[in-house]
Amino acid sequence: MALEGLRLAMTAMPGAVPAWHTRVEPARLQDLAREVQGRGGRLAALWGTDERERGAGFALQAAFVVEASLVWMEVPLAADRPCYPNLADIYPCANRMQRALRDLLGIEAEGAIDARPWLRHGAWPADAYPLRRDVPADRTWSNGIEPYPFVQVEGDGVHEIPVGPVHAGIIEPGHFRFSIVGEKVLRLEERLGYVHKGIDKRFESLDISGGARLAGRISGDSTVASSWAYAMAAESIAGITPPPRGLWLRALALERERIGNHLGDLGYLGNDGGLAFGLAQFMRLKEDVVRLNAETFGHRYLMDVVVPGGIARDCDRAGIEAVLAQCTALEGELRVLRDIYDDHAGLQDRFLTCGILDPELAAKLSVIGLAGRASGQAWDARVAPSFEPYDRLAVNMKLARAGDVAARVALRFDEILESIRLIRAIAEGMPGGEIASALPAGLTGRGIGWVEGWRGEFIVALELAGDRVGRCHAHDPSWQNWPALEHAVIGNIVPDFPLINKSFNLSYSGQDI
Amino acid sequence: MYYLLKQIAKTGIKTEAPPHTDEALRVVQQRLRTEILGLFGGSLAIREVDAGSCNGCELEIHMLGNPYYNLESLGMKFVASPRHADMLLVTGPVSRNMEVALQRTYDATPDPKLVVAVGDCGCTGGVFGESYASCGRVANVIPVDVAVPGCPPTPFALLQGILTAISAGTQR
Repeated sequence: MALEGLRLAMTAMPGAVPAWHTRVEPARLQDLAREVQGRGGRLAALWGTDERERGAGFALQAAFVVEASLVWMEVPLAADRPCYPNLADIYPCANRMQRALRDLLGIEAEGAIDARPWLRHGAWPADAYPLRRDVPADRTWSNGIEPYPFVQVEGDGVHEIPVGPVHAGIIEPGHFRFSIVGEKVLRLEERLGYVHKGIDKRFESLDISGGARLAGRISGDSTVASSWAYAMAAESIAGITPPPRGLWLRALALERERIGNHLGDLGYLGNDGGLAFGLAQFMRLKEDVVRLNAETFGHRYLMDVVVPGGIARDCDRAGIEAVLAQCTALEGELRVLRDIYDDHAGLQDRFLTCGILDPELAAKLSVIGLAGRASGQAWDARVAPSFEPYDRLAVNMKLARAGDVAARVALRFDEILESIRLIRAIAEGMPGGEIASALPAGLTGRGIGWVEGWRGEFIVALELAGDRVGRCHAHDPSWQNWPALEHAVIGNIVPDFPLINKSFNLSYSGQDI
Repeated sequence: MYYLLKQIAKTGIKTEAPPHTDEALRVVQQRLRTEILGLFGGSLAIREVDAGSCNGCELEIHMLGNPYYNLESLGMKFVASPRHADMLLVTGPVSRNMEVALQRTYDATPDPKLVVAVGDCGCTGGVFGESYASCGRVANVIPVDVAVPGCPPTPFALLQGILTAISAGTQR
């Protein structure tokens, strides 16, 4: 059992991934958080719940990953003074999550230095907490923009460049405040939350299948990962395991999502490095991938393909053959394009030593997913803890330690090739039979899902009450990785920022929820 | 360089025929005069604004530029500033945190201008609806000429919407 010796009474949660639930008094939270860190673990997600209808107060909910298990700590807080000890000094990635929690639920991290709002820009007042249960779903406030105190950098010749929220390219909105001298970036400060859509609140007015649709739209580019994590949580509550064929088809969809996104990124990385040829070539390949998605699964980006209980649509033999043929074609094209990228002196000059995130800092910031693996952080939920069918496929995790744009580019090539290998193994081992099982009626309880998407791990914590969503929190890996970008860009020149940003390619929507 | 040129030659031309216009996508009657539409039709500058999308619509808008749809071959391009734009392509739902930014982007776009709302969320608010954090559809915040449904709409549907917006349609 995970965390042996912590003297914690933990309950095993049923489901596809090893997960434990425990209740922790606020006074013990920091010690336990340090203990987890000491064992090489990390903070995976932080959210909160309003428990007043149950005769209690509020609760801080924290998910830690330690020893290839998920430990879900529930910290009860008083209704009249919902405070918990600050975690940001132990895990810097907690900072923004804590601020978001305060904005939405009014529960406060005591001793936190950064008390600025995060998701609240002025659409609701500072003393209103929209995620509380006594706030009706249709309650709105008048919208007033509040000034946001950015950290000022002072000195001779230092000036600021404000960028966004509406950016120059076709990207999501966010604000970047650069403090620079000449062309050199001294400091970047991100301000996000512009696409906060009130997803957590919205979940509470939906049933299981409505929730599944919403879960697939937390971050559109990771729809398979997030809807699988949601389905996994629902199945954990139901105590069922989808039929093997459903699970294997999910993995096929997840790997195709990974390939599609990596192809697009490789194209844009070439483009941002000045090689428009790369964009044309990789976007052509991505179009081929999404077209085949539409043919085999009925949706170009595989939305609503993963459903609680299994998968919505079977893929027949002809579909599998088409997928395999595409793997072969893609492999050949990739070999040619990778050589062209590797041999292109101008491109490599832009990629190498640009936007370095060193492994030590990456570990401190709990950086995960592709960006983490490019900086030596060996986290991949497909490898550990692994879950069906990945436990049968033995995923080869690709790692790099350089932590620069070049490493993140190389890793994308490597991961596409590994996904091609996995798809071949999936096609070979694909079991027959049903693709989904029905969920029993009247589901009540809580469950958790944990899936490695193309960007990193997606965690969904779900609470159902009589087939309705009582509370659902979906955690996108961008929460952990956005702060790392601020560090990776220091000392680089402003024109390299788009390239560095693209090499991380983080989700705004996923973190703004 | 040899391999790069070889790859270009091997790839060939992938561009497909553009779609026809579809009057069903039009929200309001064409407001612009034919002469202006003629100018737009020759060279349309589009500013994309993500006003709260899940980024699914952005995936497809990106695809408009790939060799299959080849937006630029139709005389259209995405520009970096609303001040350079003839058309705003807006994805939604409009989050309350983007409400003012969208309004300002609209104001910064010179007249005459067109607005195309993109996706189920841009058309109706979609799965996110209206709430303390979401203003719902794009038309709740700025005037919309053409609305393209879909989750997300395909590049073909997007192109159809854009072409409809700059076609004369049923003029007053």
